[in-house]
Amino acid sequence: MTDLSAAPPLLVHRARLAFGDRLVADDLTLEFPAGRTTCLLGRSGVGKTSLLRWLAGLLPEAPRSQPVAYMAQSDLLLPWLSVIDNVLLGYRLRGDRAALAAAEGQARALLAEVGLGDRLDDSPAQLSGGMRQRAALARTLCEDRPVVLMDEPFAHLDAVTRLELQDLAARLLAGRTAVLVTHDPLEALRVGHHIRVLSGSPFTAGPPIEPTGAVPRDPADPALLGLHARLLAELRGLAP
Amino acid sequence: MRPLITAIGLLLGWEALVWATGVPPYILPPPSRVLAVLVERSDLLVAEAAWTATEMIVGLLLGLALGAALAIVFAASASWRRWALPLVIVSQAIPVIAIAPLLVLWLGYGMASKVAMAALVIFFPVVSALYDGLRRTNEGWLDLARTMDASQRAVLLQIRLPAALPAFASGARIAAAVAPIGAVIGEWVGASAGLGYLITLSLARGQTPLAFAALVVLCLLGLALYYATDWAGRMLVPWQSQGE
Repeated sequence: MTDLSAAPPLLVHRARLAFGDRLVADDLTLEFPAGRTTCLLGRSGVGKTSLLRWLAGLLPEAPRSQPVAYMAQSDLLLPWLSVIDNVLLGYRLRGDRAALAAAEGQARALLAEVGLGDRLDDSPAQLSGGMRQRAALARTLCEDRPVVLMDEPFAHLDAVTRLELQDLAARLLAGRTAVLVTHDPLEALRVGHHIRVLSGSPFTAGPPIEPTGAVPRDPADPALLGLHARLLAELRGLAP
Repeated sequence: MRPLITAIGLLLGWEALVWATGVPPYILPPPSRVLAVLVERSDLLVAEAAWTATEMIVGLLLGLALGAALAIVFAASASWRRWALPLVIVSQAIPVIAIAPLLVLWLGYGMASKVAMAALVIFFPVVSALYDGLRRTNEGWLDLARTMDASQRAVLLQIRLPAALPAFASGARIAAAVAPIGAVIGEWVGASAGLGYLITLSLARGQTPLAFAALVVLCLLGLALYYATDWAGRMLVPWQSQGE
């Protein structure tokens, strides 16, 4: 495993994000603190996903500053690979046999952690939506990179499954520098050490909100619910 | 069940038409006569069918291999695509029946010219289906592979190619359906064996019932090839029926 105490902060300095003609963000400076989970909260279309893709080096003319593990909204499991081979996809693609053999134990351990220890050789089609997303989470973490970027990873799941996966993600992301994009204030409050609200066009990031208590936070906590109401009101007041 | 009833109905109608009009069997033999010839001359028919089947299968395999190789080269290299894709399209603008005599001239009356003809009609649907499949990979998978620092080659072999296999399988099904055309045209132009050769020969000799029997066998052969390819395609891409 990577020495997580060495997880670096992720810095955005005076960045300009454009999508064709549309300017998504200009002169954007943001810091994602090391070893913490930062949730980017904003309404649909504000540019959250663009920022995440920019951080991942997936936008043209956006060199990636460091290796990242990326998790998208859909699980992106390859239907022709077994669950464990999907989790090891990065190692298979890089073609380093020694690293692949070395990572297999970790892949098994991660799959056991996400509750799929007995489904290693199943094909993704045999899994439920929640299981597939858990496998995708295991794949993301198996990449063992200090920075993890997640784009609304639980948006498609039912409410209870979403809560379970938030717990799991908060636990497994401990010590990594993570950026999680979401439009759900409750999700941000449960798993984020820091929350930044994005608004405007081109967007700017609001000041960091730091709820108290360790993650994953209890969704029934009155203080959390108070913050939730405040964030919802704030988001409602923003132009979409 | 219903198609079977329809078929039996049509055959009975045909039998009745021949009986009612008294048309001689060398113009239109009744189904009962064709069936009798199928049984009587089964040795000959099986031997000729084996010959044609070999041409079709070898042509199909060759066409699939050639088509797959070209599609992969086109997907891997833009410069190869620019140099060779127009030629591939031109090759399809020439009707195969027009160059059939040339192929027979170059490759002889034996099996080689028919295999070449079948491969020629087959490879284009395969190239076009597989190349399309290779271009339409799920963008999410490609993004994921990019964040994993995968090489172009790894992405092609481990993601784009398996993802295109369902498209290849449907190209192969079309190929299997047209394979008999290539083989039979080749046999018409010049051959000394095969069902196409038998049809031309027996028509020239006024043995129309035998020509019909050969046609029935050819039809069964085409169906068998199609369903075998369909089955092989489903074995190749077991995930295709499971969504995604």
